[in-house]
Amino acid sequence: MTHIEPSSQTDPLAETTPLGAAPPASSPVGSPTGPGKGIAEAGNAGSGGNLYTASQWRLMWWRFRKHKLAMASGIFILLVYVLLVFAEFIAPYHSSDHNAAYQHAPPQRLHLFEETPDGSRFNPHVKGLEYETDEETWRRSFSPDEEQVYPVRFFVRGHEYELFGLFTTDIHLFGTTDPEAPMYLLGADRLGRDVLSRVIYGTRISMSIGLIGVVMALVLGVILGGISGYFGGWIDSAIQRVIEFLRSIPEIPLWMALTAALPRSWSQVQVYFAITVILSIVGWTTLARVVRGRFFSLREEDFVTAAVLDGASRPRIIFRHMLPSFTSHIVAAVTLAIPAMILAETALSFLGLGLTEPTVSWGVLLREAQNIPSIAHTPWVLIVPATAVVSTVLALNFLGDGLRDAADPYNK
Amino acid sequence: MLRYIARRVLVMLPTLFLISLASFFIIQLPPGDFLTTYAAGMGAQDAIVAREHLAALEERYGLNQPFHVQYWQWISNIVCCGDFGQSFEWRRPVSSLIWDRLTLTMLLAVVSTLFMWFVAFLIGTYTAVRQYSIGDYFWTFVGFVGLAIPNFLLALVLMYISFRYFGQSVGGLFSPEYQNAPWSIGKLWDLFQHMWIPVIVIATAGAAGTIRIMRANLLDELHRPYTTTARAKGMQEWRLIAKYPVRLALNPFISTVGWTLPTLISGEIIVSVVLDLPTTGPLLLRALRSQDMYLAGSFILMLGVLTLIGTLLSDILLAWLDPRIQYDKVGSR
Repeated sequence: MTHIEPSSQTDPLAETTPLGAAPPASSPVGSPTGPGKGIAEAGNAGSGGNLYTASQWRLMWWRFRKHKLAMASGIFILLVYVLLVFAEFIAPYHSSDHNAAYQHAPPQRLHLFEETPDGSRFNPHVKGLEYETDEETWRRSFSPDEEQVYPVRFFVRGHEYELFGLFTTDIHLFGTTDPEAPMYLLGADRLGRDVLSRVIYGTRISMSIGLIGVVMALVLGVILGGISGYFGGWIDSAIQRVIEFLRSIPEIPLWMALTAALPRSWSQVQVYFAITVILSIVGWTTLARVVRGRFFSLREEDFVTAAVLDGASRPRIIFRHMLPSFTSHIVAAVTLAIPAMILAETALSFLGLGLTEPTVSWGVLLREAQNIPSIAHTPWVLIVPATAVVSTVLALNFLGDGLRDAADPYNK
Repeated sequence: MLRYIARRVLVMLPTLFLISLASFFIIQLPPGDFLTTYAAGMGAQDAIVAREHLAALEERYGLNQPFHVQYWQWISNIVCCGDFGQSFEWRRPVSSLIWDRLTLTMLLAVVSTLFMWFVAFLIGTYTAVRQYSIGDYFWTFVGFVGLAIPNFLLALVLMYISFRYFGQSVGGLFSPEYQNAPWSIGKLWDLFQHMWIPVIVIATAGAAGTIRIMRANLLDELHRPYTTTARAKGMQEWRLIAKYPVRLALNPFISTVGWTLPTLISGEIIVSVVLDLPTTGPLLLRALRSQDMYLAGSFILMLGVLTLIGTLLSDILLAWLDPRIQYDKVGSR
């Protein structure tokens, strides 16, 4: 009765014409091993592959591909992870590079064409900035200096950095040819640091906390959920009580308490790992529920009974026969669990409990914009990291939804 | 029915125990014991009085004893006399600090739940009845966005909008003149005027999920034979939908309180920090920062317990509303 799974918004199969063969009416629907009806309908006439011999993963891919939104989100998430890996290379400045002259500088416009006396020519550039200080409020108002033109190019030299700790270089994806020139495409914060660069560096912490936290939660969830679902009985009840307990405590206060208790002497790396552990303490329960539910439904399947009758050992039944048939569900559940972790880290850092300066995460960046004056006068300090968080979480949710719909290609 | 309630309470007991254990564990987390901090704070006051006082405190909390003894002292004092210990930052009993704030937190959570139900009911029904329409896609998208915006961010933005366009100061839950006034109609009205931002923000946290549940359930019901029958009899479409399928689809609203309530309270905590409401959030954060652990631990304990009671009430309500639920099968999957 309680039907929590949302139905897909667009039925990917609706517009597919099933391949000619009418499915035999008696075939088991939804059974991962039973070929028949499911395959015939999940088929994709345009994909050119052979429907009847296609593997489960191939069928899922065909189905997933029909979700345009999920596909686009997947590509977006890939790009975000590229940012994570190459942050030093892509960001024009280092996250802690500051310049007192450009405190609270507004976003600069990137001009593609330069107006010269003999017509306009292609020369991407930013204009210099000049400012006046208000006598009363000491607030600076910036305006572009039309005289100064700083060309912007790809692969320019800037500050030195070590890529992957392997080799040192000073080449950046883009930047001004003059290293001293100001380029704040998304504005500067109260210390004159480039907001764009800081958001790019923040990707590293925020996205990896989600990923590592989910991996930890996954290991715990699969082991405990698997035990719970496979053995049932009192073991199941005990694990269910623990899950119920963890879910009944409002998680934010719990996380706040645990992060606040981290020793102040710890380094940021230690704090980082401690936070991922803290987040996965609650995170595993969702995954354990998915795994347990799957185990319960699979336990009754014919192919499991067959394996038992064959005399297969318990670990072999679990890992060889049962686990592969719901890996796809786990992938979907994991994708849907990452956003929760990202939001949690953001919230904790925003409260000043998790990571703090000089470490940069999206939450740390949002902490800069926590009062009305800063929102009113330097909205980009809020808008840029907020956009990063919201769009990433949104994309992960769409991706996870698409994966969940594709996870069971034999269904429908 | 009574047997069902008794059983349900019995199942709750281990969870209650675990929550108290976890809260006490949190109290014990910071390194060193609080007396050291406390003694340092007392500084150069009369040394002998201080020493006697410290000894009394040590006796009271059983500080040099093993964990289980300390736990027992702590929990039995709470259960028998409502004594939560001493707040060392405020130098007052914890119990004198937490109740007002917990009450307001719970009030906010309940009002937000009602608001969330209202919104989810309207949007869920609309999107299910007009499945695949532009409105359906629009609201589904809004739901996703609501899920993706951190609570505190929404609070910040609404705070700014309210400040910028309505000229309303939004900090707190009461206007200055009602801050310390006794409860009256005027004060209540004042509270409701201040409550709309936190309520909207907190409700969005749970609304997205609830809308989707409502939609999915209603879609299931809409294609049942009884709906077709009613339609064939010539019943008016809107009356038909309101009278049968919607009523059936409403049950999950109550049955999901178990997971929406913790989310809403979590949301309340963080939103109240941003908006500086006189509820649990800001005081809890402050207590955690200054390691005023009896205060922090008591908050966490009481939030857990109140959430559990809320869940219990919703279960009882559900059993009362839906005769299909079998009372004697608690705990089976």
